[in-house]
Amino acid sequence: MEVKVLEYLLLNEEQKDYAATAKMILEKELKPQLHDLELANDGLGKYPLDVHYKMAEAGFYAMALPEKRGGLEFDFKTKGAIIEAMAQVDAGFAFSFHNTGNFYGMIELTSMPDDMKQEWADKHLTGDARGAFCFTESEAGSDPKNMKTKARKDGNEWVINGTKCFVSHAADATFFVVCAYTDKEKGPSKGTTFFFVEADREGISIGKRENKMGLKLSSTCEVNFSDVRVPEDHVVGEVGDGFGKGLATIANERPLNACMALGIADAAIENVVNYTKERRQFGKRIIDHQGLGFMISDMIERTEATRALTYYVLDCVDKKVPTQYLNFVVKKFASDSTMKICLDAVQAFGGYGYMKDYPVEKLMRDAKIFQIFSGTNQIQQKNILRAVAGRDPQKTK
Amino acid sequence: MVRYLFATEEQKKMYEEVHQIMEEALPFERLKEIEAMNGGVGEYPWDVHKKLADAGYYAMNLPKEYGGKGIGWVTRALVFEAISYTDSGFAFSFRGLGDKFDTVQNSHLPEEEKQKWAAKFRTGEAGGAFALTEPNAGSDAKAIETEAYKDGDEWVINGEKCMINNAGTADYFGVFAWTDKSVGAGHGVSCFLVEKDRPGVTILPPDNKLGMKLENCGGIKFENVRVPEDHIVGELGKGFATAMSKLEAVRPFNIAFALGAAQRAVDECVKYANERQQFGKPIIKHDGVGFQLAEMQLKLDAARALLYETMAAADQEIKLGYLASGAKWYGIELCVQVAYDAIDIMGGRGIMHDYPVEKIMRDLRGLPAMGGTPNIQKRTIARTFVNKDK
Repeated sequence: MEVKVLEYLLLNEEQKDYAATAKMILEKELKPQLHDLELANDGLGKYPLDVHYKMAEAGFYAMALPEKRGGLEFDFKTKGAIIEAMAQVDAGFAFSFHNTGNFYGMIELTSMPDDMKQEWADKHLTGDARGAFCFTESEAGSDPKNMKTKARKDGNEWVINGTKCFVSHAADATFFVVCAYTDKEKGPSKGTTFFFVEADREGISIGKRENKMGLKLSSTCEVNFSDVRVPEDHVVGEVGDGFGKGLATIANERPLNACMALGIADAAIENVVNYTKERRQFGKRIIDHQGLGFMISDMIERTEATRALTYYVLDCVDKKVPTQYLNFVVKKFASDSTMKICLDAVQAFGGYGYMKDYPVEKLMRDAKIFQIFSGTNQIQQKNILRAVAGRDPQKTK
Repeated sequence: MVRYLFATEEQKKMYEEVHQIMEEALPFERLKEIEAMNGGVGEYPWDVHKKLADAGYYAMNLPKEYGGKGIGWVTRALVFEAISYTDSGFAFSFRGLGDKFDTVQNSHLPEEEKQKWAAKFRTGEAGGAFALTEPNAGSDAKAIETEAYKDGDEWVINGEKCMINNAGTADYFGVFAWTDKSVGAGHGVSCFLVEKDRPGVTILPPDNKLGMKLENCGGIKFENVRVPEDHIVGELGKGFATAMSKLEAVRPFNIAFALGAAQRAVDECVKYANERQQFGKPIIKHDGVGFQLAEMQLKLDAARALLYETMAAADQEIKLGYLASGAKWYGIELCVQVAYDAIDIMGGRGIMHDYPVEKIMRDLRGLPAMGGTPNIQKRTIARTFVNKDK
């Protein structure tokens, strides 16, 4: 009797098929290359464009592209299921592939002529459009108001100057979405603006690729803007609403990031169960020693709780039910659970867990960042608390 | 406040109605009084049972053919989350008594007898209990010693059960006994419907527990208790099939009892932490406390997601697989941790009887063991995963 494991109970057949297909492609095209891709560029890692294009061809790129632009406009639950399945093979690829293709919404919000927007939409369908989000700076991480990047109006152009750091997908990007102060006096919520900037504009330079603990397939670089000029129709939304856009973009990603963390956890569990079923000590399979078997059950259940919570939030997004503070909860819970599961996975493999020849140390390295990006877990706690604490009794109004 | 984001308007109304009934019937002072009754053993508050039954919340799983309303799992879980917000011990008993009509339904009593019992369930006047556990047979249910032998057209039952939920409040018991010791437990144990007033049935004094004092629980002795053969529940020899309920959703349903109470604990802590000032500000504004509270709430939201995923699946008749055990254990575990941490938020007052959180911690500590200990659930999960392709 086939028993379902590591699967959300309320997915429909179509969602399961999409997820299975995406995973199948990656197992065939990506898995054999993973080891080498991590070591490429002197150990900095490399994003495999060949796999990127194969997945785009299969229809999995830019899943959020609106139908009116020729896209599939998948709902969040479907995207979630696909992303989770992809992350089971490699979270770095899942993160890069999904995220770099997820910025079309910003292009749509510019006031560029319709045929230009359609051109960029078409590039999203082929996989040629790859975006990178330029928000964080060396002095402005959790506290974004310290941003220094500025944009000034010059005739009918904006001129952008500044340096962004920790820009994901920068190395292969064909466009950037950049947040800059347009009126410092007004402060971050009213004085910042997002700009759509094509990668071939003069004045852009990509700095060194960061040497990261994990997620090696995803490039992370500094991006410098030196008198970069863009036409005024390249403003995303309104001048002055950059901050809100930035935070909203990050917020929308959180449940899908949780899916990636979930995929890592799924992979950790599969690996652990397979290993502990084979490995024998003291006359039996080590999974049959309750001390270890129970630790594995804990890993499984922790993941199931993450799964339930993640899909609950995705469902809310799809049904347009406000998730309230659950957006922060899902990110924190998924990342903390996955980190613990990966630590336990290395433990379950014993000495072999520590060796690069075995798959679990990589999962542990990949998992850590999920507690940090998209808003550190301390920021998530702050935001959850704000919702939970209710009205501040110290405020007089 | 209904926290399940997909609750319909109707479900929200039910939640609010139940919440109001419970808060009026069992304010904090009364809860403390009841806990102190019978030398600290506590008692099941029948008046509250009646109020909820009159409002239509008893035996909600009664089948439609017996006058039931066909209320689904999600709705029932929401209702019990609401009841547990006030007191999880009462909630556990109230549910236990009411969901045992199936013992009668699956017996071989004549239909008019079944209908008579059903009528009493509809009004809240009748309830059942599940008598399986014995001093030497808990997790290892096959080790039970209670036996029944055939005498003419009756069965004669001898044995002793312990820690039976609702032993003192139920009108009848589903009693598990060996009917054929020569074969394995899968074919040799049967379940019998035994009315409490049959000669030879002795209800022992109720168990004195750490918490859940509004829940009645205790032992029952069966000395040469005779029942007619139509009192067999299900098939002769197939008692365990009855016990290992086909209703796998019953296990994760238990999360509702822990969740309601744990949410109460968090809400009380938030209120307290907003008011209590130290070092010049409300303690909730010190990140140490505030972040701890955020962590507690997020654990409850994870438990809530697990509860409603399994309940929604049950409503759609999707098999739960290992989630039946896993969700039950882990969802409750999250809530137990929260109730434990609540003590820290309230500092010294956390352990005082005058404040609500110590009772919630005591109440929730017993929940993990009920319906299968955490260790047993963990054993099941790992085993299921390992054998998944068999």
